[in-house]
Amino acid sequence: MKRLTYPFDEQQIRSLKVGDMVLISGKLFTGRDAVHKFLHEGGKSPVNLKNQIIYHCGPVVLEKAGKYEVMAAGPTTSIREEPYQWEVMRDHGIVGVIGKGGMGPKTLEGCQKYGCVYFHAIGGAAQVLAEKIKSVDDVHLKEKFGSPEAIWELTVDEFPVVVTMDSHGGSLHSVVEETSSKNLSKELSKKKTKKK
Amino acid sequence: MKLDKDQKKNLYDSMLELIRVTSTQIPGDVQKEVLKALRREKKNTTAKYAMEIIDKNIELARSKSQPLCQDTGTILLYVNHPAGFHQSEFTKVFEKAVVDATKKGYLRQNSVDTLTGKNDTMNIGLGHPSIHFHEHKKKSLEVKLMLKGGGCENVGAQYSLPNVALEAGRDLDGVRKVILDAVVKAQGKGCGPGVLGVTIGGDRGAGYIASKEQLLRTLDDTNDIPALKKLEKDIVETSNRLGIGPMGFGGKTTLLGCKISALNRLPASYFVSISYMCWAFRRQGVTLSGKQKISKWLY
Repeated sequence: MKRLTYPFDEQQIRSLKVGDMVLISGKLFTGRDAVHKFLHEGGKSPVNLKNQIIYHCGPVVLEKAGKYEVMAAGPTTSIREEPYQWEVMRDHGIVGVIGKGGMGPKTLEGCQKYGCVYFHAIGGAAQVLAEKIKSVDDVHLKEKFGSPEAIWELTVDEFPVVVTMDSHGGSLHSVVEETSSKNLSKELSKKKTKKK
Repeated sequence: MKLDKDQKKNLYDSMLELIRVTSTQIPGDVQKEVLKALRREKKNTTAKYAMEIIDKNIELARSKSQPLCQDTGTILLYVNHPAGFHQSEFTKVFEKAVVDATKKGYLRQNSVDTLTGKNDTMNIGLGHPSIHFHEHKKKSLEVKLMLKGGGCENVGAQYSLPNVALEAGRDLDGVRKVILDAVVKAQGKGCGPGVLGVTIGGDRGAGYIASKEQLLRTLDDTNDIPALKKLEKDIVETSNRLGIGPMGFGGKTTLLGCKISALNRLPASYFVSISYMCWAFRRQGVTLSGKQKISKWLY
Protein backbone atom coordinates (compact mmCIF):
# COMPACT_ATOMS: atom_id res chain seq x y z
CA MET A 1 0.00 0.00 0.00
CA LYS A 2 1.38 3.42 -1.02
CA ARG A 3 0.43 6.80 0.38
CA LEU A 4 -0.14 10.05 -1.45
CA THR A 5 -0.40 13.14 0.71
CA TYR A 6 -1.42 16.72 -0.06
CA PRO A 7 0.03 18.95 -1.49
CA PHE A 8 0.50 16.79 -4.56
CA ASP A 9 3.32 17.32 -7.06
CA GLU A 10 4.55 15.86 -10.32
CA GLN A 11 7.40 13.92 -8.73
CA GLN A 12 5.03 11.95 -6.47
CA ILE A 13 2.75 11.31 -9.42
CA ARG A 14 5.55 10.09 -11.69
CA SER A 15 6.60 7.54 -9.07
CA LEU A 16 3.23 5.74 -9.27
CA LYS A 17 2.82 2.64 -11.45
CA VAL A 18 -0.12 0.60 -12.72
CA GLY A 19 -1.30 -1.84 -10.05
CA ASP A 20 -0.25 0.33 -7.08
CA MET A 21 -2.84 0.41 -4.32
CA VAL A 22 -2.79 3.94 -2.94
CA LEU A 23 -4.34 5.76 0.03
CA ILE A 24 -4.87 9.44 -0.77
CA SER A 25 -5.02 12.06 1.98
CA GLY A 26 -5.76 15.71 1.32
CA LYS A 27 -7.93 17.64 -1.07
CA LEU A 28 -10.15 16.39 -3.89
CA PHE A 29 -12.43 18.30 -6.25
CA THR A 30 -15.44 16.52 -7.72
CA GLY A 31 -16.15 17.20 -11.37
CA ARG A 32 -18.12 15.18 -13.87
CA ASP A 33 -20.01 15.61 -17.16
CA ALA A 34 -21.28 19.18 -16.86
CA VAL A 35 -18.02 20.55 -15.41
CA HIS A 36 -15.86 18.94 -18.09
CA LYS A 37 -18.07 20.19 -20.91
CA PHE A 38 -18.10 23.64 -19.31
CA LEU A 39 -14.29 23.82 -19.10
CA HIS A 40 -13.95 22.47 -22.63
CA GLU A 41 -16.21 25.23 -23.94
CA GLY A 42 -13.97 27.83 -22.35
CA GLY A 43 -15.81 28.28 -19.05
CA LYS A 44 -13.66 29.81 -16.30
CA SER A 45 -12.89 27.39 -13.48
CA PRO A 46 -14.11 28.81 -10.16
CA VAL A 47 -11.14 27.13 -8.44
CA ASN A 48 -7.45 26.84 -9.20
CA LEU A 49 -6.94 23.21 -10.21
CA LYS A 50 -3.13 23.38 -10.52
CA ASN A 51 -1.62 20.23 -8.91
CA GLN A 52 -5.05 19.09 -7.78
CA ILE A 53 -6.98 15.85 -8.20
CA ILE A 54 -10.37 15.71 -9.91
CA TYR A 55 -12.81 13.08 -8.69
CA HIS A 56 -15.49 11.86 -11.15
CA CYS A 57 -18.29 11.74 -8.62
CA GLY A 58 -21.81 13.02 -8.13
CA PRO A 59 -22.32 12.66 -4.39
CA VAL A 60 -25.52 12.59 -2.34
CA VAL A 61 -25.17 15.67 -0.13
CA LEU A 62 -27.64 16.86 2.48
CA GLU A 63 -27.68 20.35 3.94
CA LYS A 64 -28.22 20.20 7.69
CA ALA A 65 -28.31 23.45 9.66
CA GLY A 66 -26.26 25.26 7.02
CA LYS A 67 -23.64 22.51 6.92
CA TYR A 68 -23.13 20.03 4.12
CA GLU A 69 -23.03 16.35 4.90
CA VAL A 70 -21.97 13.76 2.32
CA MET A 71 -24.28 10.75 2.50
CA ALA A 72 -22.78 8.72 -0.36
CA ALA A 73 -19.85 9.37 -2.69
CA GLY A 74 -18.59 6.65 -5.04
CA PRO A 75 -17.04 7.19 -8.48
CA THR A 76 -18.97 7.57 -11.73
CA THR A 77 -17.96 6.11 -15.11
CA SER A 78 -14.98 8.08 -16.42
CA ILE A 79 -15.00 7.28 -20.11
CA ARG A 80 -17.63 9.97 -20.74
CA GLU A 81 -14.91 12.57 -20.02
CA GLU A 82 -12.53 11.05 -22.56
CA PRO A 83 -13.00 13.90 -25.09
CA TYR A 84 -12.14 16.54 -22.45
CA GLN A 85 -9.81 15.08 -19.83
CA TRP A 86 -6.47 15.61 -21.60
CA GLU A 87 -7.39 19.24 -22.15
CA VAL A 88 -8.11 19.75 -18.44
CA MET A 89 -4.65 18.29 -17.74
CA ARG A 90 -3.04 20.65 -20.23
CA ASP A 91 -4.93 23.83 -19.39
CA HIS A 92 -5.53 23.44 -15.66
CA GLY A 93 -2.55 21.38 -14.53
CA ILE A 94 -4.37 18.63 -12.66
CA VAL A 95 -2.12 15.77 -11.52
CA GLY A 96 -4.71 13.09 -10.82
CA VAL A 97 -8.09 11.82 -11.91
CA ILE A 98 -10.19 9.46 -9.78
CA GLY A 99 -13.05 7.56 -11.38
CA LYS A 100 -14.11 4.13 -12.50
CA GLY A 101 -13.90 2.03 -15.63
CA GLY A 102 -10.71 3.63 -16.92
CA MET A 103 -10.21 5.99 -19.84
CA GLY A 104 -8.96 5.91 -23.42
CA PRO A 105 -5.84 6.71 -25.43
CA LYS A 106 -6.24 10.52 -25.39
CA THR A 107 -6.24 10.53 -21.59
CA LEU A 108 -3.37 8.06 -21.41
CA GLU A 109 -1.31 10.28 -23.68
CA GLY A 110 -2.24 13.30 -21.55
CA CYS A 111 -1.07 11.45 -18.43
CA GLN A 112 2.36 10.93 -19.99
CA LYS A 113 2.68 14.41 -21.44
CA TYR A 114 1.44 16.49 -18.52
CA GLY A 115 2.31 14.23 -15.55
CA CYS A 116 -1.00 12.88 -14.41
CA VAL A 117 -2.30 9.53 -13.19
CA TYR A 118 -5.67 7.76 -13.30
CA PHE A 119 -6.83 6.29 -10.00
CA HIS A 120 -9.60 3.69 -10.04
CA ALA A 121 -11.90 3.84 -7.03
CA ILE A 122 -14.25 0.95 -6.32
CA GLY A 123 -17.50 1.61 -8.17
CA GLY A 124 -20.60 1.41 -6.03
CA ALA A 125 -18.66 1.59 -2.75
CA ALA A 126 -20.33 4.86 -1.85
CA GLN A 127 -20.32 4.31 1.91
CA VAL A 128 -16.73 3.14 2.32
CA LEU A 129 -15.62 6.14 0.26
CA ALA A 130 -17.95 8.66 1.94
CA GLU A 131 -16.49 7.63 5.30
CA LYS A 132 -13.06 8.79 4.11
CA ILE A 133 -14.39 12.30 3.49
CA LYS A 134 -13.51 14.35 6.55
CA SER A 135 -15.00 17.67 5.50
CA VAL A 136 -16.84 19.52 2.77
CA ASP A 137 -14.83 22.72 2.38
CA ASP A 138 -16.73 24.49 -0.38
CA VAL A 139 -19.02 24.01 -3.35
CA HIS A 140 -18.99 25.70 -6.76
CA LEU A 141 -21.40 25.81 -9.72
CA LYS A 142 -24.14 24.10 -7.69
CA GLU A 143 -26.85 26.53 -8.78
CA LYS A 144 -25.82 26.23 -12.40
CA PHE A 145 -25.43 22.46 -12.69
CA GLY A 146 -27.35 20.96 -9.76
CA SER A 147 -25.91 19.12 -6.77
CA PRO A 148 -24.54 15.92 -8.39
CA GLU A 149 -22.79 17.91 -11.14
CA ALA A 150 -21.30 20.64 -8.92
CA ILE A 151 -17.64 21.00 -7.93
CA TRP A 152 -17.48 19.84 -4.33
CA GLU A 153 -14.25 20.65 -2.54
CA LEU A 154 -13.54 17.77 -0.16
CA THR A 155 -10.85 16.85 2.35
CA VAL A 156 -10.26 13.10 2.52
CA ASP A 157 -8.20 10.80 4.70
CA GLU A 158 -6.78 7.54 3.37
CA PHE A 159 -9.09 7.42 0.37
CA PRO A 160 -8.50 3.95 -1.22
CA VAL A 161 -7.75 3.72 -4.95
CA VAL A 162 -5.82 1.60 -7.44
CA VAL A 163 -3.58 3.10 -10.15
CA THR A 164 -4.87 1.71 -13.44
CA MET A 165 -3.27 4.25 -15.82
CA ASP A 166 0.12 5.77 -15.02
CA SER A 167 2.23 8.60 -16.41
CA HIS A 168 4.54 6.19 -18.26
CA GLY A 169 2.02 4.87 -20.78
CA GLY A 170 0.84 1.90 -18.71
CA SER A 171 -2.86 1.03 -18.69
CA LEU A 172 -4.39 -1.95 -16.90
CA HIS A 173 -7.56 -1.41 -18.94
CA SER A 174 -5.93 -2.01 -22.31
CA VAL A 175 -4.20 -5.13 -20.92
CA VAL A 176 -7.44 -6.63 -19.55
CA GLU A 177 -9.31 -5.67 -22.72
CA GLU A 178 -6.76 -7.47 -24.85
CA THR A 179 -6.59 -10.63 -22.74
CA SER A 180 -10.36 -10.89 -22.30
CA SER A 181 -10.95 -10.50 -26.06
CA LYS A 182 -8.37 -13.24 -26.72
CA ASN A 183 -10.02 -15.46 -24.10
CA LEU A 184 -13.41 -14.91 -25.71
CA SER A 185 -12.07 -15.97 -29.13
CA LYS A 186 -10.69 -19.10 -27.50
CA GLU A 187 -14.03 -19.85 -25.81
CA LEU A 188 -15.93 -19.43 -29.06
CA SER A 189 -13.59 -21.66 -31.05
CA LYS A 190 -13.80 -24.29 -28.26
CA LYS A 191 -17.48 -24.68 -28.94
CA LYS A 192 -16.90 -24.97 -32.67
CA THR A 193 -14.40 -27.81 -32.28
CA LYS A 194 -16.77 -29.63 -29.92
CA LYS A 195 -19.51 -29.51 -32.53
CA LYS A 196 -17.29 -31.01 -35.23
CA MET B 1 -61.84 0.87 -4.52
CA LYS B 2 -60.60 4.19 -3.19
CA LEU B 3 -58.26 4.35 -0.22
CA ASP B 4 -59.37 6.06 2.99
CA LYS B 5 -57.17 8.49 4.90
CA ASP B 6 -55.56 5.83 7.13
CA GLN B 7 -54.85 3.53 4.23
CA LYS B 8 -53.22 6.39 2.32
CA LYS B 9 -51.02 7.23 5.30
CA ASN B 10 -50.03 3.57 5.68
CA LEU B 11 -49.32 3.23 1.98
CA TYR B 12 -47.07 6.30 2.13
CA ASP B 13 -45.16 4.87 5.13
CA SER B 14 -44.83 1.49 3.43
CA MET B 15 -43.48 3.02 0.21
CA LEU B 16 -40.99 5.24 2.03
CA GLU B 17 -39.75 2.21 3.95
CA LEU B 18 -39.53 0.18 0.73
CA ILE B 19 -37.38 2.92 -0.83
CA ARG B 20 -35.15 3.17 2.26
CA VAL B 21 -34.52 -0.55 2.45
CA THR B 22 -33.97 -0.90 -1.31
CA SER B 23 -31.44 1.93 -1.38
CA THR B 24 -29.47 0.84 1.67
CA GLN B 25 -29.60 -2.98 1.80
CA ILE B 26 -28.57 -5.54 -0.75
CA PRO B 27 -30.95 -8.52 -1.08
CA GLY B 28 -29.79 -11.79 0.55
CA ASP B 29 -29.52 -13.76 -2.70
CA VAL B 30 -27.13 -11.16 -4.16
CA GLN B 31 -25.02 -10.86 -1.02
CA LYS B 32 -24.53 -14.62 -1.03
CA GLU B 33 -23.02 -14.45 -4.53
CA VAL B 34 -20.87 -11.45 -3.56
CA LEU B 35 -19.40 -13.44 -0.66
CA LYS B 36 -18.69 -16.38 -2.97
CA ALA B 37 -16.85 -14.01 -5.31
CA LEU B 38 -14.86 -12.56 -2.42
CA ARG B 39 -13.69 -16.05 -1.46
CA ARG B 40 -12.95 -16.98 -5.06
CA GLU B 41 -10.52 -14.13 -5.82
CA LYS B 42 -6.81 -14.66 -5.12
CA LYS B 43 -5.10 -13.06 -2.11
CA ASN B 44 -3.10 -9.85 -2.61
CA THR B 45 -4.73 -9.00 -5.93
CA THR B 46 -6.59 -5.83 -6.82
CA ALA B 47 -9.61 -8.06 -7.54
CA LYS B 48 -9.62 -9.33 -3.95
CA TYR B 49 -9.11 -5.77 -2.71
CA ALA B 50 -12.13 -4.62 -4.74
CA MET B 51 -14.32 -7.42 -3.36
CA GLU B 52 -13.21 -6.63 0.21
CA ILE B 53 -14.21 -3.00 -0.19
CA ILE B 54 -17.53 -4.07 -1.75
CA ASP B 55 -18.20 -6.42 1.18
CA LYS B 56 -17.38 -3.66 3.68
CA ASN B 57 -19.59 -1.24 1.80
CA ILE B 58 -22.60 -3.56 2.01
CA GLU B 59 -22.30 -3.77 5.80
CA LEU B 60 -21.68 -0.04 6.20
CA ALA B 61 -24.69 0.99 4.09
CA ARG B 62 -26.96 -1.31 6.08
CA SER B 63 -25.70 -0.19 9.50
CA LYS B 64 -25.76 3.53 8.64
CA SER B 65 -29.01 3.27 6.68
CA GLN B 66 -27.44 5.25 3.84
CA PRO B 67 -27.38 4.58 0.07
CA LEU B 68 -25.27 1.62 -0.99
CA CYS B 69 -24.28 3.62 -4.08
CA GLN B 70 -24.56 7.37 -4.61
CA ASP B 71 -26.23 6.76 -7.96
CA THR B 72 -29.64 5.75 -6.70
CA GLY B 73 -30.60 5.23 -10.30
CA THR B 74 -33.79 5.05 -12.25
CA ILE B 75 -36.67 4.31 -9.92
CA LEU B 76 -38.25 1.22 -11.50
CA LEU B 77 -41.44 0.18 -9.77
CA TYR B 78 -43.42 -2.97 -10.56
CA VAL B 79 -46.91 -3.01 -9.12
CA ASN B 80 -49.05 -6.15 -9.24
CA HIS B 81 -52.56 -5.19 -8.24
CA PRO B 82 -56.07 -6.69 -8.12
CA ALA B 83 -58.83 -5.60 -10.50
CA GLY B 84 -60.45 -2.27 -9.65
CA PHE B 85 -57.24 -0.77 -8.28
CA HIS B 86 -56.74 3.00 -8.68
CA GLN B 87 -53.41 3.48 -10.42
CA SER B 88 -53.40 7.27 -10.38
CA GLU B 89 -54.18 7.38 -6.66
CA PHE B 90 -51.32 4.98 -5.95
CA THR B 91 -48.94 6.97 -8.17
CA LYS B 92 -49.66 10.17 -6.26
CA VAL B 93 -48.83 8.55 -2.91
CA PHE B 94 -45.73 6.88 -4.30
CA GLU B 95 -44.44 10.17 -5.75
CA LYS B 96 -44.83 11.82 -2.36
CA ALA B 97 -42.74 9.02 -0.83
CA VAL B 98 -40.09 9.58 -3.56
CA VAL B 99 -39.91 13.29 -2.78
CA ASP B 100 -39.48 12.64 0.93
CA ALA B 101 -36.96 9.84 0.36
CA THR B 102 -34.95 12.35 -1.70
CA LYS B 103 -35.13 14.93 1.08
CA LYS B 104 -33.91 12.31 3.56
CA GLY B 105 -30.98 11.36 1.30
CA TYR B 106 -32.12 7.79 0.50
CA LEU B 107 -32.30 8.94 -3.11
CA ARG B 108 -30.00 11.33 -4.97
CA GLN B 109 -31.40 14.26 -6.94
CA ASN B 110 -31.37 12.16 -10.03
CA SER B 111 -33.90 13.39 -12.56
CA VAL B 112 -32.74 15.90 -15.17
CA ASP B 113 -34.78 17.66 -17.85
CA THR B 114 -33.17 16.36 -21.03
CA LEU B 115 -33.77 19.56 -23.01
CA THR B 116 -32.82 22.21 -20.47
CA GLY B 117 -30.39 20.17 -18.34
CA LYS B 118 -32.21 21.33 -15.23
CA ASN B 119 -32.33 18.98 -12.26
CA ASP B 120 -35.85 18.99 -10.84
CA THR B 121 -34.20 18.10 -7.47
CA MET B 122 -36.99 15.78 -6.27
CA ASN B 123 -36.85 12.91 -8.78
CA ILE B 124 -40.20 13.69 -10.34
CA GLY B 125 -40.51 14.40 -14.04
CA LEU B 126 -41.44 12.99 -17.43
CA GLY B 127 -40.84 9.25 -17.33
CA HIS B 128 -39.51 9.28 -13.78
CA PRO B 129 -40.25 7.39 -11.60
CA SER B 130 -40.90 4.59 -14.06
CA ILE B 131 -43.96 2.71 -12.81
CA HIS B 132 -45.17 -0.54 -14.37
CA PHE B 133 -48.64 -1.74 -13.41
CA HIS B 134 -49.83 -5.31 -13.91
CA GLU B 135 -53.24 -6.65 -12.92
CA HIS B 136 -53.09 -10.01 -11.16
CA LYS B 137 -55.67 -12.42 -9.79
CA LYS B 138 -54.66 -12.12 -6.14
CA LYS B 139 -56.47 -9.74 -3.79
CA SER B 140 -53.27 -8.34 -2.31
CA LEU B 141 -51.02 -5.59 -3.62
CA GLU B 142 -47.45 -6.57 -4.48
CA VAL B 143 -44.88 -3.84 -5.07
CA LYS B 144 -41.33 -4.47 -6.27
CA LEU B 145 -38.72 -1.74 -6.54
CA MET B 146 -35.44 -1.67 -8.41
CA LEU B 147 -32.97 1.22 -8.34
CA LYS B 148 -30.80 0.93 -11.42
CA GLY B 149 -27.79 3.21 -11.69
CA GLY B 150 -26.61 4.97 -14.84
CA GLY B 151 -23.23 3.23 -15.07
CA CYS B 152 -24.81 -0.17 -15.54
CA GLU B 153 -27.74 1.14 -17.59
CA ASN B 154 -25.28 2.67 -20.07
CA VAL B 155 -23.68 -0.71 -20.84
CA GLY B 156 -26.98 -2.40 -21.69
CA ALA B 157 -27.15 -3.46 -25.34
CA GLN B 158 -29.57 -4.64 -27.97
CA TYR B 159 -28.53 -6.83 -30.89
CA SER B 160 -30.45 -7.68 -34.03
CA LEU B 161 -29.67 -11.15 -35.34
CA PRO B 162 -28.08 -12.17 -37.60
CA ASN B 163 -25.00 -10.15 -36.68
CA VAL B 164 -22.43 -10.60 -39.41
CA ALA B 165 -19.46 -9.13 -37.55
CA LEU B 166 -19.95 -11.49 -34.60
CA GLU B 167 -20.96 -14.44 -36.80
CA ALA B 168 -24.09 -14.72 -34.71
CA GLY B 169 -27.06 -16.44 -36.37
CA ARG B 170 -30.69 -16.70 -35.37
CA ASP B 171 -30.33 -19.48 -32.81
CA LEU B 172 -29.20 -19.91 -29.20
CA ASP B 173 -25.58 -20.15 -30.27
CA GLY B 174 -25.93 -16.74 -31.91
CA VAL B 175 -27.63 -15.43 -28.78
CA ARG B 176 -24.72 -16.71 -26.71
CA LYS B 177 -22.20 -14.92 -28.93
CA VAL B 178 -23.85 -11.52 -28.65
CA ILE B 179 -24.36 -11.81 -24.89
CA LEU B 180 -20.66 -12.61 -24.42
CA ASP B 181 -19.78 -9.69 -26.70
CA ALA B 182 -21.83 -7.40 -24.44
CA VAL B 183 -20.00 -8.76 -21.38
CA VAL B 184 -16.60 -7.98 -22.91
CA LYS B 185 -17.73 -4.50 -23.97
CA ALA B 186 -19.16 -3.73 -20.52
CA GLN B 187 -15.89 -4.40 -18.73
CA GLY B 188 -14.96 -1.95 -16.05
CA LYS B 189 -17.81 0.37 -16.83
CA GLY B 190 -20.82 -1.33 -15.28
CA CYS B 191 -19.38 -1.92 -11.77
CA GLY B 192 -18.77 -5.63 -12.08
CA PRO B 193 -19.19 -8.31 -11.06
CA GLY B 194 -22.63 -7.80 -12.52
CA VAL B 195 -25.85 -9.63 -13.32
CA LEU B 196 -27.46 -9.86 -16.75
CA GLY B 197 -31.16 -9.75 -17.50
CA VAL B 198 -31.73 -10.87 -21.09
CA THR B 199 -34.77 -11.21 -23.32
CA ILE B 200 -34.76 -12.90 -26.70
CA GLY B 201 -37.45 -11.80 -29.15
CA GLY B 202 -40.19 -9.20 -28.79
CA ASP B 203 -40.00 -5.78 -30.42
CA ARG B 204 -37.21 -3.45 -29.35
CA GLY B 205 -39.24 -1.80 -26.61
CA ALA B 206 -40.83 -4.96 -25.17
CA GLY B 207 -37.47 -6.72 -25.23
CA TYR B 208 -35.77 -4.13 -23.05
CA ILE B 209 -38.67 -3.95 -20.60
CA ALA B 210 -38.76 -7.73 -20.25
CA SER B 211 -34.98 -7.94 -19.85
CA LYS B 212 -35.23 -5.69 -16.78
CA GLU B 213 -38.02 -7.85 -15.38
CA GLN B 214 -35.64 -10.81 -15.50
CA LEU B 215 -33.63 -8.97 -12.85
CA LEU B 216 -36.56 -9.43 -10.48
CA ARG B 217 -35.77 -13.15 -10.30
CA THR B 218 -33.55 -14.19 -7.38
CA LEU B 219 -30.06 -15.26 -8.39
CA ASP B 220 -30.63 -18.85 -7.22
CA ASP B 221 -33.77 -19.17 -9.34
CA THR B 222 -33.37 -21.55 -12.28
CA ASN B 223 -35.20 -21.29 -15.58
CA ASP B 224 -38.16 -23.60 -16.26
CA ILE B 225 -37.13 -23.90 -19.90
CA PRO B 226 -34.22 -26.38 -20.08
CA ALA B 227 -32.45 -24.69 -23.02
CA LEU B 228 -32.49 -21.31 -21.27
CA LYS B 229 -31.49 -22.83 -17.95
CA LYS B 230 -28.42 -24.29 -19.67
CA LEU B 231 -27.62 -21.01 -21.43
CA GLU B 232 -27.91 -18.99 -18.20
CA LYS B 233 -25.39 -21.26 -16.50
CA ASP B 234 -23.08 -21.32 -19.49
CA ILE B 235 -23.00 -17.51 -19.80
CA VAL B 236 -21.96 -17.11 -16.16
CA GLU B 237 -19.28 -19.81 -16.33
CA THR B 238 -17.85 -18.67 -19.65
CA SER B 239 -17.84 -15.00 -18.60
CA ASN B 240 -15.96 -15.90 -15.45
CA ARG B 241 -13.24 -17.53 -17.56
CA LEU B 242 -12.64 -14.36 -19.58
CA GLY B 243 -10.42 -12.73 -16.96
CA ILE B 244 -12.28 -9.42 -16.76
CA GLY B 245 -12.84 -9.64 -13.01
CA PRO B 246 -14.30 -7.25 -10.43
CA MET B 247 -14.21 -3.63 -11.70
CA GLY B 248 -12.41 -4.91 -14.80
CA PHE B 249 -9.19 -5.31 -12.76
CA GLY B 250 -8.71 -8.87 -14.05
CA GLY B 251 -9.79 -11.85 -11.92
CA LYS B 252 -12.14 -14.76 -11.64
CA THR B 253 -15.54 -13.14 -11.15
CA THR B 254 -17.07 -11.20 -14.01
CA LEU B 255 -20.73 -12.14 -13.55
CA LEU B 256 -22.74 -13.08 -10.47
CA GLY B 257 -25.72 -14.27 -12.48
CA CYS B 258 -27.60 -14.29 -15.78
CA LYS B 259 -31.37 -14.59 -16.29
CA ILE B 260 -32.95 -15.08 -19.69
CA SER B 261 -36.51 -15.03 -21.01
CA ALA B 262 -38.07 -15.31 -24.44
CA LEU B 263 -40.92 -13.43 -26.12
CA ASN B 264 -42.52 -14.16 -29.45
CA ARG B 265 -41.07 -12.21 -32.34
CA LEU B 266 -41.98 -11.21 -35.86
CA PRO B 267 -40.71 -13.51 -38.59
CA ALA B 268 -38.47 -10.63 -39.72
CA SER B 269 -37.05 -9.73 -36.30
CA TYR B 270 -34.77 -11.48 -33.81
CA PHE B 271 -33.67 -9.15 -31.03
CA VAL B 272 -31.48 -9.92 -28.05
CA SER B 273 -31.99 -7.25 -25.38
CA ILE B 274 -29.50 -7.16 -22.53
CA SER B 275 -29.80 -5.21 -19.30
CA TYR B 276 -26.75 -5.14 -17.07
CA MET B 277 -27.07 -4.74 -13.31
CA CYS B 278 -24.08 -3.77 -11.18
CA TRP B 279 -22.99 -5.66 -8.03
CA ALA B 280 -24.80 -2.93 -6.05
CA PHE B 281 -28.00 -4.66 -7.01
CA ARG B 282 -30.81 -2.74 -5.34
CA ARG B 283 -34.07 -4.64 -5.52
CA GLN B 284 -36.72 -5.20 -2.88
CA GLY B 285 -40.40 -5.92 -2.77
CA VAL B 286 -43.31 -6.03 -0.37
CA THR B 287 -46.79 -7.45 -0.11
CA LEU B 288 -49.24 -5.00 1.42
CA SER B 289 -52.17 -5.87 3.65
CA GLY B 290 -55.66 -4.42 3.18
CA LYS B 291 -54.62 -1.64 5.55
CA GLN B 292 -51.68 -0.95 3.19
CA LYS B 293 -49.13 -1.99 5.78
CA ILE B 294 -46.17 -4.16 4.84
CA SER B 295 -47.18 -7.76 5.52
CA LYS B 296 -44.25 -9.48 3.84
CA TRP B 297 -40.82 -8.69 2.37
CA LEU B 298 -40.33 -10.47 -0.93
CA TYR B 299 -36.51 -10.79 -1.06
